[in-house]
Amino acid sequence: MNNTEIVKRGLARRYAREKRFQLYGRCAVMVGFIFLALLLVDIIVKAMPAFSVTEIRLDVAVDRTTLELPAQGALTPELLNGVNYSGLIKQTLRDLFPEVTSRKDKKLLYQLVSSGAEFNLHDLLVNDPGLVGPSPLSIWVKADDDIDTFYKLETVTSRVDERQMEFVDKLKNEARIRTAFNTTFFTASDSREPEQAGIRGALLGSFWTLLVTLLVSLPVGIAAAIYLEEFAPQNRITDFIEININNLAAVPSIVFGLLGLAVFINFFGLPRSAPLVGGLVLSLMTLPTIIIASRAAIKSVPPSIREAALGVGASHMQVVFHHVLPLAMPGILTGAIIGMAQALGETAPLLMIGMIAFIVDVPGGITDSATVLPVQIYLWSDSPERAFTALTAATILVLLGFLTAMNAIAIYLRKRFERRW
Amino acid sequence: MTQSLTQDIGTPVSESFEMPKSSATTDVDDFSATIGENLIDDPKIRTRNVDVFYNEKQAIFDVSLDIGRNEVIALIGPSGCGKSTYLRALNRMNDTINGCRISGDLCLDGEDIYSKKMDPVLLRARVGMVFQKPNPFPKSIYDNVAYGPRIHGLARSNAELDEIVHTSLERAGLMKEVKDRLQSPGTGLSGGQQQRLCIARTIAVSPEVILMDEPASALDPIATAIIEELIDELRANYTIAIVTHSMQQAARVSQRTAYFHLGKLVEVGETSQIFTNPRHRLTENYITGKFG
Repeated sequence: MNNTEIVKRGLARRYAREKRFQLYGRCAVMVGFIFLALLLVDIIVKAMPAFSVTEIRLDVAVDRTTLELPAQGALTPELLNGVNYSGLIKQTLRDLFPEVTSRKDKKLLYQLVSSGAEFNLHDLLVNDPGLVGPSPLSIWVKADDDIDTFYKLETVTSRVDERQMEFVDKLKNEARIRTAFNTTFFTASDSREPEQAGIRGALLGSFWTLLVTLLVSLPVGIAAAIYLEEFAPQNRITDFIEININNLAAVPSIVFGLLGLAVFINFFGLPRSAPLVGGLVLSLMTLPTIIIASRAAIKSVPPSIREAALGVGASHMQVVFHHVLPLAMPGILTGAIIGMAQALGETAPLLMIGMIAFIVDVPGGITDSATVLPVQIYLWSDSPERAFTALTAATILVLLGFLTAMNAIAIYLRKRFERRW
Repeated sequence: MTQSLTQDIGTPVSESFEMPKSSATTDVDDFSATIGENLIDDPKIRTRNVDVFYNEKQAIFDVSLDIGRNEVIALIGPSGCGKSTYLRALNRMNDTINGCRISGDLCLDGEDIYSKKMDPVLLRARVGMVFQKPNPFPKSIYDNVAYGPRIHGLARSNAELDEIVHTSLERAGLMKEVKDRLQSPGTGLSGGQQQRLCIARTIAVSPEVILMDEPASALDPIATAIIEELIDELRANYTIAIVTHSMQQAARVSQRTAYFHLGKLVEVGETSQIFTNPRHRLTENYITGKFG
């Protein structure tokens, strides 16, 4: 038997082994992909109801007598503020269902519409007093979240009484109930009532927090990376610093929250729940990521470019700022964006510094109380109302959208500015 | 000789040089002192008793060599013999390497290169360097050449800068090929053109000495021939030290040749004499192809 035959005999087994290995690989990829798809489908299905809202049309009588306003004279905001809008909505509902008489049924009837309806009506009239007049005002108000869930998903729950179901049927027959796109989700802040809750506050909170994080961690991170990589002497101290930066990247994020609480809030007395403190804490967390990525990017600039610049008489500073840094920039920015994406999705450290509070106002700056998207998700996922499930999923979708966009930008930057030498 | 040649057949050319164990070659113990005319009158660069260490390892042993004005000196020798290290010591490029230590006297026009008074930035403006692999900046051709004059503030106006860029490209023999695309990236040129661009970039700063570290080793024969012609022309204005692996190249471009062996300077002499009548056995073995 010569060598060719020996090789030939083993060939089939070798190829079979390769095929098997490829199969394992495909299976692994498939499993990962299936889980991802399941997760996404689950979130999207759960989130869909949050993007639509059930509305009920009410014809509210807005003549001066009903509103208990003086028969003559200008309608100042003070006068209009004094109107009993809650009673007005209730009166309109009673007029719609004249057959309802018992106290219990009336209460059920009033629960059809969101408690925010009276505020909508108030805002409408205060902004445009011209609406006050003999002709009734026809407005669409939001249904209560339980009615909303019942109507949209057509599921019977214990939270909707049989009487209320009859009311809804009657409204349907009179074409007084519809579903519309839920703009409130994007324009409102947190609320105890799911139909009035939105993510605007959390979005802006995330924006301010990330702004602080970016402004602090990017310059500090790049400066540290340049110094460590280019100028620092190689000795035990720099070795020690390097090891500790790597360790810092692995520290559980809640520890940074404790540190922020102790240092920024208790020692420096910065405001609680503010994006300023949140941003500083997240900067501490992001810094190691940025430093490590920046050092790697700086290291990957070929030495031939440094030598070329040194060879024509550039100083060390000029070599770094004219050549190394521009070439390392795509890598640095990629690291920074990935660090930012991490910070955007971080919850634990922010819990420690009070960004978990229930905050209804939209933050207008870095010192206002605020919450952020992931904390909002955490808060809503804890709420008992069924409608919050959809809001939670929808917020997760928004957060995932931002994370995907940031990672896409990172990839784009890397591709766009990739240099070949 | 034939025996050692047949031994080498089939083994890939490796970067690290190992002394053949054959009795036909000599060991370095033969070496006592540099022979030939290593010292000359009124040199541009004067080096005496130069030792270079990388941490504990000594790379250069007691090298004394003068480089004359407007001459091309070729530094030859097997890989790892220290010729590049010696070259880089002349404009303090070794400063950037951690653990590199240099002792001995090195003078440029009588000024000590390693004294505290000598600024390495100024030194490198006076002693330019061209590297083995063409290394243009990833910028336009114009910016590549203009970089040196810009950082040193050599041009007072844009017109003056244009002038410097044009003459440098002209001298490097590249102007004809690139005059219509000065703003296109320097990395888009061919290897030979890139190397000439690097030479143009070096001479744009008007150095007095140009150090070339195997400038043609990454190029094809035609590009090499163009570079060699260029070196010959540049000799009129500059002092040139060139490290090369090609003995033909050394013979073609240089007036004097220095042969390095394991960190020691073995022999220096007129190029024609070194290649026709080497005095040291190590030199003879190298140029006749017994090793290296």
